Amino acid sequence: MSSIAVPRKSPLAEALSNARHAAENRSSIWSWIGTVDHKRIGVLYGISAFIFFVLGGIEALLIRTQLIVPDSEFLNPDQFNRLFTMHGTTMVFLVVMPMSSAFFNLMIPLMIGARDVAFPRLNAFSYWTFLAGAIFLNASFFTGDILNGDLGAPDGGWFGYAPLNLEQYTPGHGMDFWMLGIQILGVASLAGGFNFIVTILNMRAPGMTLFRMPVFVWMTLVTSFLIIFAMPVIAVALFELTFDRLFDANFFNAEAGGNPLLWQHMFWLFGHPEVYILILPAFGIISDIIPTFSRKPLFGYPFVVFSGIAIGFMSWGVWVHHMYTTGLGTIANSAFGISTILIAVPTGVKIFNWMGTLWGGSIRLRAPMMFAIGTVAMFTIGGLSGVTHSMVPSDYQQQDSYYVVAHFHYVLFGGAIFALFGGIYYWFPKFVGRYMNEPLGQVHFWLTLIGFNLTFFPMHVSGLLGMPRRIYTYNSDMGWDLWNLMSSLGAFIIAISVLIFIINFLFSLRRGKEAGADPWDGRTLEWSIPSPPPEYNFREIPTVHARDEFWHQKYKEDETGAVTPVLAGGSGEDEHHEESAHALGIHMPSPSYMPLIVSLGFPFIATGLIYDYALIPVGAALIVIGLYGWAMEPATEEE
Amino acid sequence: MTLADYRKQHGEPLTEEDEHSGGDTHHPSALEYIQIGAILTFVTALEVALYYIDMNYTLLVTMLIVLSLAKFALVVLWFMHLRFDNKLFGILFASGMALTFTVFAVVIAAQHGGLV
Amino acid sequence: MSHAGTAHLETSTGISNKKLLMWLFLASDCLFFGSFIAAYLLYRDRSIVGPYPEDLFDIPFTSVSAFVLLMSSVSMVLALAAIQKGNVRGLRIWLLTTAVLGTLFVAGQAYEFTEFYHEGLHLDTNLFGTTFYVLTGFHGAHVTIGILILLSLFVYSLRGGIQQKDSENIEIAGLYWHFVDIVWIVIFTLIYLVQP
Repeated sequence: MSSIAVPRKSPLAEALSNARHAAENRSSIWSWIGTVDHKRIGVLYGISAFIFFVLGGIEALLIRTQLIVPDSEFLNPDQFNRLFTMHGTTMVFLVVMPMSSAFFNLMIPLMIGARDVAFPRLNAFSYWTFLAGAIFLNASFFTGDILNGDLGAPDGGWFGYAPLNLEQYTPGHGMDFWMLGIQILGVASLAGGFNFIVTILNMRAPGMTLFRMPVFVWMTLVTSFLIIFAMPVIAVALFELTFDRLFDANFFNAEAGGNPLLWQHMFWLFGHPEVYILILPAFGIISDIIPTFSRKPLFGYPFVVFSGIAIGFMSWGVWVHHMYTTGLGTIANSAFGISTILIAVPTGVKIFNWMGTLWGGSIRLRAPMMFAIGTVAMFTIGGLSGVTHSMVPSDYQQQDSYYVVAHFHYVLFGGAIFALFGGIYYWFPKFVGRYMNEPLGQVHFWLTLIGFNLTFFPMHVSGLLGMPRRIYTYNSDMGWDLWNLMSSLGAFIIAISVLIFIINFLFSLRRGKEAGADPWDGRTLEWSIPSPPPEYNFREIPTVHARDEFWHQKYKEDETGAVTPVLAGGSGEDEHHEESAHALGIHMPSPSYMPLIVSLGFPFIATGLIYDYALIPVGAALIVIGLYGWAMEPATEEE
Repeated sequence: MTLADYRKQHGEPLTEEDEHSGGDTHHPSALEYIQIGAILTFVTALEVALYYIDMNYTLLVTMLIVLSLAKFALVVLWFMHLRFDNKLFGILFASGMALTFTVFAVVIAAQHGGLV
Repeated sequence: MSHAGTAHLETSTGISNKKLLMWLFLASDCLFFGSFIAAYLLYRDRSIVGPYPEDLFDIPFTSVSAFVLLMSSVSMVLALAAIQKGNVRGLRIWLLTTAVLGTLFVAGQAYEFTEFYHEGLHLDTNLFGTTFYVLTGFHGAHVTIGILILLSLFVYSLRGGIQQKDSENIEIAGLYWHFVDIVWIVIFTLIYLVQP
């Protein structure tokens, strides 16, 4: 809404104004609660995502402990079901997506030369809604009798297939928490998707055409479009499930003529674009890391961009490959088999371009680069097993076996998580002003690589030997013992590597080697401002004349293509005292509590739907009051 | 600054989008809006009338869909101003619609082809 | 800040952030309604027990309410035309008219739901009940939210909060309102008129 000056005389307005002033002291907790600064929101997302990574990892360790030997009774089947459901749901929705959001938040404005995102309060709303959904979902653990080992968490798998997800077959509240929790998380993702599209399209620095943007920005743009089109589909599926479970509707009720398979169609119509939502940001991160640490521009930039766009489009046409064994018939299966094989092509294009970037480059194998190269290698393996899945008859054998588990962990862990770690090592100096410890980073990388491969490679074997997914134990004469043992040992190695990372991170926050504005001799605009960046990011909004603008400010190429530094090129921004926004006459958006208030409404409504309808109006009131407050408050404090 | 301005400042050639990026230039008059309202009323009445006429089912459905698309187009292009606005809005909305129609198409194929 | 008429904004594309946001939202909302409509179409004629659509639909009644919603789009665009010329009084009149027409529509929906309910169609009765109530219910919820937005804008304008320079906010509210209308155009045809 327009910022008409609201008269300060009313006590409510006075109180709100005071609350906002409290948030302006940037070292107070209130400043974090009311922040609309993309850098802080990015940090909040990142820390939250990492905490859930540890939680999801513990769930995995429990699973792997149960499976380390045959006929184990460490966990009972019910506990096992809840743990694998929460592990998957957590890793997808509470780790990879928010960690990607952390990078969107931290990096996009800096990479495009902007002071913040298009809608800072909407941005804060995304984060608080995410947190609300994440806590709501995990609160389910406590709704059983946890001290007696009865976990109340959802137990229908991260994909919650019908008819198992219906009240009749899965009574109790676990699935209710699942369906409503993901619904809340979807709202957060949608808000973020809208925000980043507008930001990227509208807030680029002068001269930054779309083809001068870093690849990470492009991938964020494509991902955001996938989000805004895919999330509504899962929202509808979840609403349909909600009506079925809570109000006896018939969407998936076969007895009334409904078709449970509708759930799978809708879930995977969302789900397949979702996996590209999970991987494209990671691809974007390594597309910036690899050129920097090869001291070469990205090979085939237009191809990398177009293939990302192609993947975005094609991701809508392949969903049935998750459903080959549901009896749809040869025509459907063949058509989607072909489309799935085809979608490997643009991904292959990217791989070749990354390799082309490395070829002939002056390679520095620092931690970010190790993870980036690791991503390429591990994703390739995962992509190859994916290609075998695309072949229908081959998938008949692999479906629902551990071979699938191997595939998606190679692409999601080996692909996304590796790249996200790479991004952390890469951009940590920018936001902290210190490097992470390099030797520890190398140890982390190698332990992760070894542990990861030890965990997941054997699953190709156990899968092809017939081990089904989601079984809580197995018999010793199946021939799966060795592979499970290896996987479980690998999991513990991963755990150790994560511990090392945590130690490195915490240590480096205070005692890392100091880093200046441009610790890696980078190519993109974020390296042209101080580390950590001032609140307003850029003292002056830069003008962009080329791709890799910052690199061109620093270096000129002569006729032979040799690179020479420009005298006095690069940033003069490495000054030691930071001028305040106020001193520079820059108006930054004011902090606000309204996004948080609106976010709080959702878990109230969700809890009310499950336990007591009286909570619903409370939640609705929070939303309405928060929205009115949001609309009425000025976006920028008048000085 | 807009990319158009950047290009003008730096002597770079303008793109087609830049030429038109002065924003919306034409607003229909109130009278035109009311005229469109009248057309919408007429088309709705026509649709309802057709509903009551005994005719070949496929023909009926086709005509009803065509008529409703006409109403849809009138509201989107004139009331929502897409006809006079920056192309980008149209592209975005069309993408959403295209995807939606894909979902429809798959569902209808499913009904006839037994996919679901 | 945006200004009515002169759309020379300092964004990279030259178009307004808020307007772009609304169009993105509407594009996304297409998928939302599309999915519910698809579920309705998929389950049409698969209800095992009645009541069935042909037993319950009152086409004349629904045509009138469809007409009312269409007219509310006309009044909405007239409200926008008014404020773009700086006519605040015209804005208020047409905003209120739109809200009233929208309320009439919702009242019509409520009446229809009640009638159907008394005829034995509940959410859990059959596939028709499930898909019909949920689809049209969500549409009605969208309309209701729209009415709240319109009334809020109306009250705000009473306090002088909306001037010619703020017409973009009305435009954006209008986009939402028209979208809700075109969804009904689709629903009216596909669900009510096109019957097996």
